[in-house]
Amino acid sequence: MEQAEISRKVQERFGDQIVEAGAYVGQHWVTVKPTELVAVLHFLRDEPELDFNMLMDIGGVDYQGHPDDKEWRFEIAYQLSSLKLNHRFRVKLAVADDTVVVPSVWQDWRTANWLEREVFDQYGISFSGHPNLRRILNHDDFQGHPLRKDYPINKRQKVARPIDHLLTDDPEWA
Amino acid sequence: MSSKLAPIATERLVVNFGPSHPITHGTLRIQMELDGETIIRSGCEIGYLHRGFEKQAENVFFEQVVPYTERLNYMSSVHNSNAWCHAVEQLIGLEVPARAQAIRVITSEMARIIDHAVCVGTNMVDLGGLTNFWYLWSYRERIYDLYEELTGARMMVNYPRLGGVAMDIPDGWLEKLHTVMEEMGPMLADVRGLINRNRIVMDRTQGVCVISQEDALNFGMTGPCLRATGIAYDVRKAQPYWGYDTYDWDIVTRNNGDTYDRITMRFDEMEQSRRIILQAAERLPEGAWIAEDRRVVLPPKDLVYNTMEGLINHFKIVMHGAQVPKGEIYSATEGGNGELGYYIVSSGGPKAWRVRIRPPSFQNFSAFPHMIKGSMIADAVAALGSVNVIAGELDR
Repeated sequence: MEQAEISRKVQERFGDQIVEAGAYVGQHWVTVKPTELVAVLHFLRDEPELDFNMLMDIGGVDYQGHPDDKEWRFEIAYQLSSLKLNHRFRVKLAVADDTVVVPSVWQDWRTANWLEREVFDQYGISFSGHPNLRRILNHDDFQGHPLRKDYPINKRQKVARPIDHLLTDDPEWA
Repeated sequence: MSSKLAPIATERLVVNFGPSHPITHGTLRIQMELDGETIIRSGCEIGYLHRGFEKQAENVFFEQVVPYTERLNYMSSVHNSNAWCHAVEQLIGLEVPARAQAIRVITSEMARIIDHAVCVGTNMVDLGGLTNFWYLWSYRERIYDLYEELTGARMMVNYPRLGGVAMDIPDGWLEKLHTVMEEMGPMLADVRGLINRNRIVMDRTQGVCVISQEDALNFGMTGPCLRATGIAYDVRKAQPYWGYDTYDWDIVTRNNGDTYDRITMRFDEMEQSRRIILQAAERLPEGAWIAEDRRVVLPPKDLVYNTMEGLINHFKIVMHGAQVPKGEIYSATEGGNGELGYYIVSSGGPKAWRVRIRPPSFQNFSAFPHMIKGSMIADAVAALGSVNVIAGELDR
């Protein structure tokens, strides 16, 4: 299905709850609030003619200082893909600031476990219901969140201590 | 009597693999809790090779990111930079000449062969078979020789450019490529002969560390690991780019999703890559190897040295960077280990606002603790090699 058609369907279904819808070079997306995220993702996954069975990627974006001057600071982009129907779609999440807690989708797509940890690590956005919300790429002693726009690229940090608690109560590992 | 045969009381033991360990082939760490030799549960720690690629990519011009991308999956380096240029070209709306597209197909498929050869070769070393390694490594060297002649470098070639490739194919190179590809066929058959029906390999890898279709999708696995479970998903077929749909080749799948399938299917993939390369080299279109778009492509040196406009054009692109319109794109290509996605947000200008990479190894490796649960340590060693985790793209 064409992405424009998917976008239209989502907007039809969710109406005012869609904060923004956009398109560029044939790729379409909708932006929603964190409270609607799970409903929108479930709709995209469970509707037979959409059938988005794969969550390809989750990536944060920091819009602080962006020329558009958006009302929210962060966005989290969920890239969805349907292998059977061979189409893609993007759902973006408008996150006002780092006090907003985003619902975790790891129970629907287990890949979200690590991907959400990375968003938390790089942007400091918390996910509710995540089993093991720890840093993943940066070490535990790291101060700040490096992919934020206000984190200077040349900032240095001390070298990490070794970590001894890899085996946590994460149900993934239990 | 039976009481004497009761199981020996064991104590759970925590063992670390890595961050520097022969089986990890890179810096990553796996902590396993063992009962005897059986893995009860495990946890992974990554990030030892985290170099802040995404932050760096936001702070340099689009065309300056090209060499950085090759440090992601350094085993198939040129595919990463080809894919990066492809993504930015889509943002700009830049048409790439047919010859450049075919050259990208050839270089990317060569990279895939290297990637798979390294994966299988080192995996077999982990299993105790050194011979395959030398067979595969010798062809890896021959492909690196071809890269060297084409680009001047062997591993990190920095060959693609926005709009095409840096320079044309040298005289006689296609013949050499043809020779290497032709001779590679018997080599692949030889190595297969050593592995496919090898009793030791079969016993150690068949039915071991199985991942089901459902779990593979759930964990976001792509590439050979996904296709080994029977799902025929390949970005080259699903959403063709660079004219992949015009070549005659097949998606390779297996049905069991075990270590054996993940290893052996890579031979079939190398065979398919070989087919694509031979076809692409056969009917390589004539013409330009880089677009004539002066917004992003440097003018020929003749114009730079002899005309004022050419000099200004050159200066503008070097000093101020290629101007990319405002927009965002998720561009997916099929890398050596699966879907390599670049999510680029541009606010308009020479630098990206945000570059997010979907590295196939990240998702593939996230399934690893699940994959090895209940297996033996030695099975985990074989499985890790078959997943082919490349620390460069895992940690970025």
